[in-house]
Amino acid sequence: MPEYKWPPMNKRKIMGQRISRLDGPAKSSGRAKYPSDLNPQGLLHGVMVTSPYAHAKIRSIDTSAAKAIPGVTAVRNFVEAGAEIQWAGAEIVAISATTEEAARDAVRAVKIDWEVLPHVVKDENLAKVGTRAKAAGEQITGDPDKALAEADVKLEADYGIPVITHCCLEPHGQVISWKGDQLDYWPSTQAVSTVATQLATLIGVPATQINVTCDYMGGGFGSKFPPDTWGAEAAKLSKESGGRPVKLFLDRATELTIAGVRPSHYAKIKIGAKSDGTITAWQSDSWSSGGFGGGGMAPIPYVFVNIPNRRNNHAAVALNAGPQRAWRAPNHPQASFLTCSALTDLAAKLNMDPLALLQKNAGLTLRADTYKDQLNKAAELMDWKNKYHAPGEGKGTIRRGVGIGVATWGGGGHASKAKLTIHPDGSVEVELGSQDIGTGTRTCITMVAAESLGLPMSAVKVKVGKNSYPASGPSGGSTTIGGVSTSTRKAAINALEKLFEKVAPSLGVPPDQLEAVDSRIQVKGNPNKAMSWKQAAQKIGPSPIEEMGENVPAQAAREGLNTLGAAGVQMAEVEVDTETGIVKMRKMVAVQDCGLVVNPKTAESQVFGACIMSICSALFEERVMDQVTGRVLNPDMEFYKLAGLPDIGEIVVHMDIQEVHDKRGVIGLGEPCAIGGTAAIANAVHNALGVRIPMVPVTADRVLNALGNKRYA
Amino acid sequence: MSSTNDSDKDKRAQSGFSRRSWLRGAGIGTGAVGAGVLAPEAEAQAAPKVLSGEVEISLDINGRKRSVKVEPRTTLLDALRNRMDLTGAKRVCDRGTCGACTVSVNGKIVYGCTMLAVDAVGKNIQTIEGLAPEGQLHPVSAAFVNNDAQQCGYCTPGFVMAAKGFLDKHPNPSREEVEKGLAGNICRCGTYVGVRAAVLEAAKNYKGGSNA
Repeated sequence: MPEYKWPPMNKRKIMGQRISRLDGPAKSSGRAKYPSDLNPQGLLHGVMVTSPYAHAKIRSIDTSAAKAIPGVTAVRNFVEAGAEIQWAGAEIVAISATTEEAARDAVRAVKIDWEVLPHVVKDENLAKVGTRAKAAGEQITGDPDKALAEADVKLEADYGIPVITHCCLEPHGQVISWKGDQLDYWPSTQAVSTVATQLATLIGVPATQINVTCDYMGGGFGSKFPPDTWGAEAAKLSKESGGRPVKLFLDRATELTIAGVRPSHYAKIKIGAKSDGTITAWQSDSWSSGGFGGGGMAPIPYVFVNIPNRRNNHAAVALNAGPQRAWRAPNHPQASFLTCSALTDLAAKLNMDPLALLQKNAGLTLRADTYKDQLNKAAELMDWKNKYHAPGEGKGTIRRGVGIGVATWGGGGHASKAKLTIHPDGSVEVELGSQDIGTGTRTCITMVAAESLGLPMSAVKVKVGKNSYPASGPSGGSTTIGGVSTSTRKAAINALEKLFEKVAPSLGVPPDQLEAVDSRIQVKGNPNKAMSWKQAAQKIGPSPIEEMGENVPAQAAREGLNTLGAAGVQMAEVEVDTETGIVKMRKMVAVQDCGLVVNPKTAESQVFGACIMSICSALFEERVMDQVTGRVLNPDMEFYKLAGLPDIGEIVVHMDIQEVHDKRGVIGLGEPCAIGGTAAIANAVHNALGVRIPMVPVTADRVLNALGNKRYA
Repeated sequence: MSSTNDSDKDKRAQSGFSRRSWLRGAGIGTGAVGAGVLAPEAEAQAAPKVLSGEVEISLDINGRKRSVKVEPRTTLLDALRNRMDLTGAKRVCDRGTCGACTVSVNGKIVYGCTMLAVDAVGKNIQTIEGLAPEGQLHPVSAAFVNNDAQQCGYCTPGFVMAAKGFLDKHPNPSREEVEKGLAGNICRCGTYVGVRAAVLEAAKNYKGGSNA
């Protein structure tokens, strides 16, 4: 059995270095071709007719006028008359034409006779959703009633976090074309190796006929796994247009209406504690909605899971609104916001610093020492001691405050296969049916292969983005880095073993006495008994060495190359103008453990980005529904607000890189760092004002409403 | 409750209120009331034909004259992306908010989605493809790479163009000036920390158009 384990931290030459992403030049020069950039010969443009109503039945569809528009090549009404539509924006007809302009004209020419039905699109008030709320059952641990009755201090409060959208900058869609029975498919996807099979099922052709390519993709955040209606319909439009390529990407309004949301979450929370801050009881009555399918309960109480007496009641609310999709750390940002807001308000009732409250109750978490260390580190980086004050204490109309949010996540590696080839000319390639969704996966795979083979990164060509390569899991749930680093490592070590066998006779030692160092194959520890990589490769013979490596999640713990379980603490400092209600970020601190960090540079970028996403959700982002029309009121980018460059303040990222974490192996990072920030910011506003804004985003109107007649001077 | 085909968009299409059909109405001498005096039958026949027409124009892009067929309504962005295969500028919000389609027109930074292609005739257009020859990096692009000012990268070309345009006018910016100057571009992955560092670094290596 070959030795796969990672070289010790101090022996690594490439892994652990701050490497600029390899596809950076292609991206920053505008040459990188995303699926939406492809313009193959004979390209047609696809556009869909979508429902203007949130709930309605189709009586009839008349596409004759659309078909008559010059340039239109195919019109497909794939929803039958009589069908009931459950959200505005639902896809009904797909049209392709020689120009996008003609396709849009044709969309406008489709006549649909509707029977409009009543809808419910807003969920912040549970009393108003009627029968749309479905109880999910009660969970009880211990005796929450008794514990709450006996508590020295009790908190009762309501909190809410609304639906937000993914708002991927490259919209959902694909270019697709037929060549004979082969379907060339260029989706903007997070799932190169699984999307073909799903499309095959949708359109009824064998997966063997579908060739997926996705070199770059413009953001997914959990929303770009399936081929979707638009993938299937683009394939059919292409077929009906003689196989000509069809480009069908959602326009911005449709993108924000149907291409995925993060479910809302609301909760009435009760917490009981002893006067020394020991938490004894938790009760929550919560509800959430991610569209017509309702929404599941976030894992609350979050992180502090072992509160001895707990009761959870939850209701899923079915709304006539676009469906949920996984959203970077599904249900965790909501759980962190609800829990950490309530704990901060409890601390205020106890006249305690929330940092002290969390420290005191660290025993209720599954990793007490890690959270204590991280809270201390974050406090040091934030200068918490000097910045924290009793809630609302301070002078002047502009108030500053600090707050905390915590996070946990799994992040074990997904199933992944890699093929590594050493050619007789010494060149090396690694192939995986994985994808680089902007996290730097391509670069990390190259680093792992180069490290394992003792070569510079420039000597390794990594190929991802095709389903013809060995299958690798979808990029979701922070599972990619663990999966691809493990499969690549094993493929490289397996290939190296084969190379050693070929080279050993020339160096006069058994193969297991060889090592690959600095572009040489040498007798272990003896650079004088060596040959260059190129000379070694010439011993291979005419056929290249091709070896596979595989990450099997069930075996990963035993092998130790990747593992799961990441903790994180984030702190925020804000400044609130009590006259305008405007909240400004001053500083954010993120302390993150993520095991062995392959590339600290791109890893830090992940955490910076996650902090900024948290700023978006804490201060700006909300999908606003209109109960009158049943539509999204802000399906655009001027009213669906995201943070801009002036909104972020200073951000300090502390990757907790140290031997003790490194030994655990590689752990995914994308989700855990995208969780705690929203709570931290909301809590910082509470600390600044002494008043809880129960809903995020903490917009100026919500601040002013919460302040009422309270004056700050 | 019942209604027929009554989304606003559909109404607009049915009434034929497009530039082309208005011109067609004007052409038969009935002017703005044309739609009203057309026999209902004729209107019914004409209604679905929201006619469009292409004209050939010449655009001066990255120092080269290029002919392209566009419709009157085709934006500069769509002309570049759909009709000229210059795809560095991205279509994201398509209404002048996010900056992903940023290009330079007569030395001024503009959102390509807010300018009609026909309005760009006779103007000097620069896209990101024109910043440096293929295989080479403009100093602003290089600074984006060094500072990892990109994740998915879809907003990056727009940011690079906006940053270059900003630096052309503000060669020695402060951090606050960078933040304000690039407030017209939006990134979803959250690359702003890298972008801020990249623009400050680029300011040192790139001086006001000399490397353009």
